[in-house]
Amino acid sequence: MKIKISISSDVVTKPIMAESILETGILLNISQAHFDRSHGEVVADVDEDRFDIMCKSLTNKGAKVTKLDTPIMWDENECVECSACVSVCPTKVFSLDDDFSLQVDESKCIQCGTCVDMCPHHALSLGNNS
Amino acid sequence: MVKKSIHDINSKIRDGSVNVVTAEDMVHIVGELGAEEAAKEVDVVTTGTFGAMCSSGVWLNFGHSEPPIKMQKVFLNDVEAYTGVAAVDAFIGATQLSESQGMDYGGAHVIEDLIRGKSVHLRAVSHGTDCYPRKIIDTNLSLDDMNQAIMMNPRNAYQKYNAATNSTKSTMHTYMGTLLPSFGNVTYSGAGVLSPLSNDPDYLTIGTGTRIFLGGAQGYIVGQGTQHSSGGGFGTLMLQGDLKHMSPDYIRAANFTGYGTSLYVGMGVPIPILNEQIAQATAISDAGVTTKILDYGIPSRDRPALRDVTYAQLRSGCVDINGNDVPTSSLSSFKRSRQIASELKEWILRGEFFVSMPVERLPKDVSAKPMKQTEGIALVSDIMAVNIITISKDASVYDAAKTIMDTEFNHLPVVSSGNTLVGIVTAWDISKAVSQNKFDLVEGIMTRKVITASADERVAVVARRMDQNSVSAMPVIDREGHVIGMITSDDISKLFARRS
Repeated sequence: MKIKISISSDVVTKPIMAESILETGILLNISQAHFDRSHGEVVADVDEDRFDIMCKSLTNKGAKVTKLDTPIMWDENECVECSACVSVCPTKVFSLDDDFSLQVDESKCIQCGTCVDMCPHHALSLGNNS
Repeated sequence: MVKKSIHDINSKIRDGSVNVVTAEDMVHIVGELGAEEAAKEVDVVTTGTFGAMCSSGVWLNFGHSEPPIKMQKVFLNDVEAYTGVAAVDAFIGATQLSESQGMDYGGAHVIEDLIRGKSVHLRAVSHGTDCYPRKIIDTNLSLDDMNQAIMMNPRNAYQKYNAATNSTKSTMHTYMGTLLPSFGNVTYSGAGVLSPLSNDPDYLTIGTGTRIFLGGAQGYIVGQGTQHSSGGGFGTLMLQGDLKHMSPDYIRAANFTGYGTSLYVGMGVPIPILNEQIAQATAISDAGVTTKILDYGIPSRDRPALRDVTYAQLRSGCVDINGNDVPTSSLSSFKRSRQIASELKEWILRGEFFVSMPVERLPKDVSAKPMKQTEGIALVSDIMAVNIITISKDASVYDAAKTIMDTEFNHLPVVSSGNTLVGIVTAWDISKAVSQNKFDLVEGIMTRKVITASADERVAVVARRMDQNSVSAMPVIDREGHVIGMITSDDISKLFARRS
C-alpha cells in the first residue's frame, strides 16, 4: 500500500526512515521525495499487513504518516477518454480497455503529478488523503 | 459496375430502406464481400473524429444596444474577440487567452460555457460616432440572447497528423501534450480508420456544401481548410454549424500546459457509396493510414522525422524508436469518434439526415507554403561577440575579479587545460564568494551546468532558451566544446531595436 510520510523541519536532518527500517525490519519502497526549507514529504510503498508497526515507529520519531487511499482523483464528467495520460504515467495507472474506455488503477499511483499537467481536460488531480 | 445517385440514396433514407454502416464496419464488409458487392449492399459509410482543433471559433451577433455602439474591442469573460466587422459582430477564437486568467481560460472555454447555457460577461469599447454614440457597454449574455452563434472553423479534421516525440534532455510542453525527455513517449492525434478525409482521400464525395455532423448538430463543409495540403495527404476542412444546437458532449474546451487553450471538436462526415471505387476507399483501416513521428525537440518548422508509423502501430500502445519500446498516447478520443460515427448512422437510419453532393470539390495535389520572411533570419553567429575572454578553472577568485574589472565582461566562461568549457563565473558569483570569505580557485565557485548556444542556431531559439533558464549571457561553443563567442541579452535587444 502507498503511504505519505511528512517530516517537519526539526527532524528533517535525521535519518528517521533508515532508523525505522532497521528497527522494524520492514522494507519501504520510496517512489517520491520532496524536501524544502519547511518540511519534507515522502511517498512510499509498504506491506499492508505491517503498516501499523511501521507507522508507529515513524510516528515515534516525529514523522506524520498518512495512507494514500485515493492518490489520484478522476473526474469522469470532464474526461473525454483520449488517453493522453497513458504514456506519461511511470507506473501504468492508466490504460484503455477493448472498447477504448479509460481504466484507472489508482493503487499503482505514486503521486508524481505528471498526468495532472498532461490532461487537457482538468480531469485528473492529486487526492487529499486521510 | 455499381452506380447509385445521391437521389437514390436519399430516397432510401426517406423510405427507411437505407443501409448505413460505420467506417470501422466497412473494413470487414469490403474484406468479406469485395468492393463491388459492398457497394451494392452499403449506401452510406459514416466517419467521425473527436480531437483538439485549435483553428476553431464562433461568429456571434450580439444585437444592438440602446443607444447603439460600434464595437472596436470586445471581451467575453475577459477573452478578446475580433470585432473589426461592422458594429456588433465578433469572432471568438478557441486559442485566444483570457486577459486576467491567462492559459487557464480562453476562447474555447467561452464557447463551451455558452453551449452549457451559462451567461458570459460582455465588455465592449468604442470611440463613439454620430451614428453609434455609445462608447462603452457591459452586459451579460447567454446563447439564447444572441441573434446568431455560428461556429466557423477555418481548419478542422486533418486527414491525418504527425505524431510527436522529444529527443532533448528536458520535458517539453507542447500542443501535442507533455513530451517526456529522451524519447520518453509519443503522442498522436486523429481517428485513423474513422478519419473522414482518409476514407475519401480523392475527395469524390466531400467538398463545399457537404452536410455533416458538427458538435452534435447538422453542419456543413465550407470548403478546403486553411493549410490544406492534399498533396502530402494532409487535407483539412473549413466547417460551419449552428452553435445553438450543439452539445457539450462533442464540443469541449481544453488546456495544454505551457501552450494554452484549444477546442475539442467532434465532427463526422457521411460518405455516400455511389460506386465501388468509393466503397474501396472506405475500406481503409488503421494499418492503412501512415504518418510520421516528428522530433519536437528540434525548434524548427522542419522538424526531422524519426520514422514512418501507422495508426495501427500508434494505437497498439507502444512503438519502436531506436530499438526501444516507447509508450504512445492519443490526444483525440477514439471512443468518442466511434460514438459520432454511430450517432450519425442513427440519424440517417431515422430519416433525420440526408446525404449531399458537394457543389465544389476540394483541391487535390496542393501543398501549404512556408512563410516568406523578408527580414532574413538572424543567426547567433551574426550577433555574437567574438573577442572573448575566458579564465582557467585553476585561476584564483582574485584573478577572476580582476579580469572582470579590466574587461567589463560580466560573464567569464571557465575553461579546462584543453581549452574546453567546464563552467561559467559571473560578477555575482565572485561577490558571493567574497561575502562568504571564500578565496579559493575559480573551479570552486563556478556554475558547472552552463547554458550554451551554437553559432548556427537561430537567435529567436536562443533568446527563448535564455529566458527559460533565467540567464543573461551564454557562451557559444563549437562541437568540441571550445568557446568561440558570447551572446548576451543586450546583443539580442540591440538586434531588435535596430529593426524597429
